[in-house]
Amino acid sequence: MAAQKLSLAKALNESLRKALETDPKVLIMGEDVGKLGGVFRVTDGLQKDFGEERVIDTPLAESGIIGTAIGLALRGYRPVAEIQFDGFVFPAYDQIVTQLAKMHARALGKIKMPVVIRIPYGGGIGAVEHHSESPEALFAHVAGLKVISPSNSSDAYWMLQQAIQSDDPVIFFEPKRRYWDKSEVDTEAIPGPLHTARVVKEGSDLTLAAYGPMVKVCTEAAAAAAEEGKSLEVLDLRSMSPIDFDTIQKSVEKTGRLVVVHEAPVFYGSGAEIAARITERSFYHLESPVLRVGGFHSPYPPARLEEEYLPGLDRVLDAVDRSLAY
Amino acid sequence: MTVESTAARKPRRSSKRVSAAKKPLSSEPQLVQLLSPEGQRVEHPDYSIDLTSEELRGLYRDMVLTRRFDAEATALQRQGELGLWASLLGQEAAQIGSGRALDDDDYVFPTYREHGVAWCRGVDPTNLLGMFRGVNHGGWDPNSNNFHLYTIVIGSQTLHATGYAMGVAKDGADSAVIAYFGDGASSQGDVAESFTFSAVYNAPVVFFCQNNQWAISEPTERQSRVPLYQRAQGYGFPGVRVDGNDVLACLAVTKWALERARNGEGPTLVEAFTYRMGAHTTSDDPTKYRHDDERAAWEAKDPILRLRTLLTAEEHADEAFFTALDEESDVLAKRVREAVRAMPDPDHMAIFEHVYADGHALVDEERAQFAAYQASFAEEGN
Repeated sequence: MAAQKLSLAKALNESLRKALETDPKVLIMGEDVGKLGGVFRVTDGLQKDFGEERVIDTPLAESGIIGTAIGLALRGYRPVAEIQFDGFVFPAYDQIVTQLAKMHARALGKIKMPVVIRIPYGGGIGAVEHHSESPEALFAHVAGLKVISPSNSSDAYWMLQQAIQSDDPVIFFEPKRRYWDKSEVDTEAIPGPLHTARVVKEGSDLTLAAYGPMVKVCTEAAAAAAEEGKSLEVLDLRSMSPIDFDTIQKSVEKTGRLVVVHEAPVFYGSGAEIAARITERSFYHLESPVLRVGGFHSPYPPARLEEEYLPGLDRVLDAVDRSLAY
Repeated sequence: MTVESTAARKPRRSSKRVSAAKKPLSSEPQLVQLLSPEGQRVEHPDYSIDLTSEELRGLYRDMVLTRRFDAEATALQRQGELGLWASLLGQEAAQIGSGRALDDDDYVFPTYREHGVAWCRGVDPTNLLGMFRGVNHGGWDPNSNNFHLYTIVIGSQTLHATGYAMGVAKDGADSAVIAYFGDGASSQGDVAESFTFSAVYNAPVVFFCQNNQWAISEPTERQSRVPLYQRAQGYGFPGVRVDGNDVLACLAVTKWALERARNGEGPTLVEAFTYRMGAHTTSDDPTKYRHDDERAAWEAKDPILRLRTLLTAEEHADEAFFTALDEESDVLAKRVREAVRAMPDPDHMAIFEHVYADGHALVDEERAQFAAYQASFAEEGN
């Protein structure tokens, strides 16, 4: 098996299978991950092939899932815990923030915390309340955690492998609206560094920076802008903690303009961090203020309103126009 | 609220209302006891312990030295050498009894008051003081003594113990795990979830609850309507209440519970019924919420005095032993005092150390910036 077209969900499934095969210490755990294969079937077939000791159906208790994952990691295991939906992570937030993130530092480096927490996140699938949120900034703000999100099947496959191999806790945000998108995965490739941004499309007039579900929107926006004669560069950040500011800086110093796009609310979001840092780094190269496109300072709306709430092609292009108008 | 809605409400049956903080439904302690408060041996149908004179003297020595260490730490806090101290005064039997029940391979998940258990694990007591002095957040290697770091968030460590025990079971190891927590922690969701997980996975873990009657100012009846050990039944594993001031009973019951765990019989809840003689921490003022007569009643149940009575009555120890132990206590106190005063403040750059195992670009950047900032003062001075 080398290069093949896989859906993002299937790529994650293959990645977990590879991890279970490679390292006997890897465990999958979460609600419904066994027989059902997870509500999005990302763990489909894994319990059948690796058994209940490796692919563990847990009680319905998020704090318990993460708290016991911490204990298993202390025993030398490498748990990959699934939180069923973004909005359900908060009962576990205490364990993640007060325990998981700090354990390595508290022990002055003498113990490691190789725990991966997979969280399907973001909107666009018409779900009910608490099933469409983008809480990545809440985790990126916490020292000790790493926060990443793939946007395509190849990254889904490789970034998850790399997260599982990492000795640090990694919050792995899966763009659930992209689970069914298919793209090429080369399972024999040599993957690049985990926390490095990728230039999806080169351009000269403006940089669009996005991650996870918004990379596709930004790529489409760049195609639409090209028809109007505008050359947009698109970056897939891939990692929200750490953020690869060097790649963003390099792009911005070429184009002179930056628009950051994410589904999460703009207020205190990762776009704010990027805008501030890039302003510090590249002030004299900027032709216009760094603009942000994202969710509003409101609870995630009911499904019938999410098209208005989520950044779509038009809102991204509107921000591009505003930036270019300076 | 509108007038209508008020009127529509049923009148309160005020005559039948009860205090929210009423006593648990069954507050009569059904204690496992092997040594009475008067220092007399007590028979128990289910639990017994047969110790040599040397072992009995060892338990006594552990309790005396732990109490002396604790007193020294309290004094050091009063002298400004420690920012805070959580005293174990009164809980020596619960900690030494359970701590001495452990095998080397067993793993301990403490709260922040398990100084006696740490002693039993061979953790140098001066290691416990770093976090209270403010030079680290723990700092010892948990795997050196199978004694995890102190956990300050109440009850979190019970889940870590459960997960660790699940791993022990996966490994097919015949060791056990013990999680310490208090009566206040029994109200936490994490403790309930750890009961659920450990029962479901039949994890080899002993939950050792030191019910010291007070969660800072909140009494146990603010935490539970039933005796705490009875909680276990609802999760499907046994719960036992032991006289927490009786080191023999604590040892016997914990040994039994650990053995169950090792034999694949799953978790046990042990409630050590004891009393925190001092304040919750040095920041606390128990005179504001509890009466002197309560403390006096518990003083009569002192764990150290009652074992001393037994040692003397059964001629396990003579005056020379007690005198030598006093001297050893003084030596320990002096060593602790000197070690604390000699503890250096951490290097400024330690802020950036061990945030991540595999490094992080932002931490690297901030480390470099801070180093340059600090270096700028040296340049100004030139």
